[in-house]
Amino acid sequence: MGDFHAALITSAQLIVNFDPALAEIVLLSLKISLTAVSLAALIGFPIGAAFALYRFPGRGLAVVLINAFMGLPPVVVGLVVYLLLSRSGPLGPLGLLFTPTAMIIAQCILITPIIAALTRQTIADLHEEYDEYLRAIGAGRFRKMRTLLWEGRFSLITVVLAGFGRASAEVGAVLIVGGNINHVTRVMTTTIALETSKGNLALALALGLILIALSVSINAAAMGIRNVAHRYYG
Amino acid sequence: MAKARNLTVAEHTEAKARHASAVLPLVVSNLNYQASGHRLIERVSFALQSDSCTIILGPNGAGKSLLLRLCHGLIKPSQGSITWGGQSPARAHQWVAMVFQKPVLLRRSAAANIEYALAVKGIRRNSRKQQVEKALTRAGLGHLAIRRARVLSGGEQKRLAIARAQAMQPQVLLLDEPTSNLDPIATYTIESLIQQICNSGTRIIMTTHDLNQAQRLGDDVLFLHKGRLLEHTPADEFFARPRSQQAAAFTEGKLVY
Repeated sequence: MGDFHAALITSAQLIVNFDPALAEIVLLSLKISLTAVSLAALIGFPIGAAFALYRFPGRGLAVVLINAFMGLPPVVVGLVVYLLLSRSGPLGPLGLLFTPTAMIIAQCILITPIIAALTRQTIADLHEEYDEYLRAIGAGRFRKMRTLLWEGRFSLITVVLAGFGRASAEVGAVLIVGGNINHVTRVMTTTIALETSKGNLALALALGLILIALSVSINAAAMGIRNVAHRYYG
Repeated sequence: MAKARNLTVAEHTEAKARHASAVLPLVVSNLNYQASGHRLIERVSFALQSDSCTIILGPNGAGKSLLLRLCHGLIKPSQGSITWGGQSPARAHQWVAMVFQKPVLLRRSAAANIEYALAVKGIRRNSRKQQVEKALTRAGLGHLAIRRARVLSGGEQKRLAIARAQAMQPQVLLLDEPTSNLDPIATYTIESLIQQICNSGTRIIMTTHDLNQAQRLGDDVLFLHKGRLLEHTPADEFFARPRSQQAAAFTEGKLVY
């Protein structure tokens, strides 16, 4: 109990004093996760919207798969990305293994299905509401997709936040493809795992507190956006 | 009717006049619509010419809204044909607008809702603002231009939906129960707006089950019962001497089975 108390005090000091090592890890984590979530949104929004709006052979199977991929095991994704990027793998010549780019790729693969599946559901609900009106005024398919994505903007922000939450809390995949190299690929989650195994609880706890604060902030932001949207846009 | 480029308001008005005769008459021949084994529209045939307000009247479940959707090409008939001036509903789309029973409003301001419809229509950005202002003023919604559309009252939402449809300068306006669930004052306001649109030369085809409204607004009446067209007569004649037993019962306020 005494150890935990001491670690808690030290971790609080690290946060308050804005410890450079801690800041570096937090900033790298944010950079990687924000980039991954931006890329995943760019890919996931149109895929989700297309699945909601277009009918094509195999659509049902594609929807089942994308829903199933929401629960992709991170270590498996990490392993697959590792094999692809390793020196003997097909993308080996790019030299991306054990770089932040590899971690972005892994996180992006993990959260794209989440963003696409939740976007599909959001757009499908909106499509039910607006389909007849949009057809009645002669809106084409592409305009329809753009319009529904805009109409669902507040729900889609929540979707992005959910993706960001998953990315920032992920440890297995980034540990495999990033290698947890100090000053290069060391992020919050991998540091917590490493420092805990070393017995350095203060840094692990400080990062844990920051992660929890981040998670609470994300949820608060999602709730705030929903409330604002409901109040102002009906 | 394909849009090659964006149009100014003047170009659009001119094009509207050019196509005026092309859109009417609306000819519906031997129309049938079936869903899940049930015949919802059965052997309906009629023709509507220009310059009047037609009321599609009938009890709930008669197929009024369905008929309007079929005419606008939103649903494909099981059998039969619908033509607007000899063209399919899809080709006449640009000159026919529809307002749904429950106003479908986008999550943006009242003005932006109208502007969106004009953008889809292909009206140039610099012409849209003026059109939007005009449409809102005509509907008595000028003071609500920046208000979010979905937080307006029920009556205001219906007026906005009509104003948005009218801003597209259609030759024919299809209105599905435009005053359902409204109080008498809101109903009066909407009826005045419909009358004003009709007087401006836009052909109105609307559904209602309100007999008094049908009498106030209608020039001719299509009486539907269980998916079948029982009468198509001038409104005065319909109310004075209904031909079918069901129409007679309906006009007397009796339950129609």
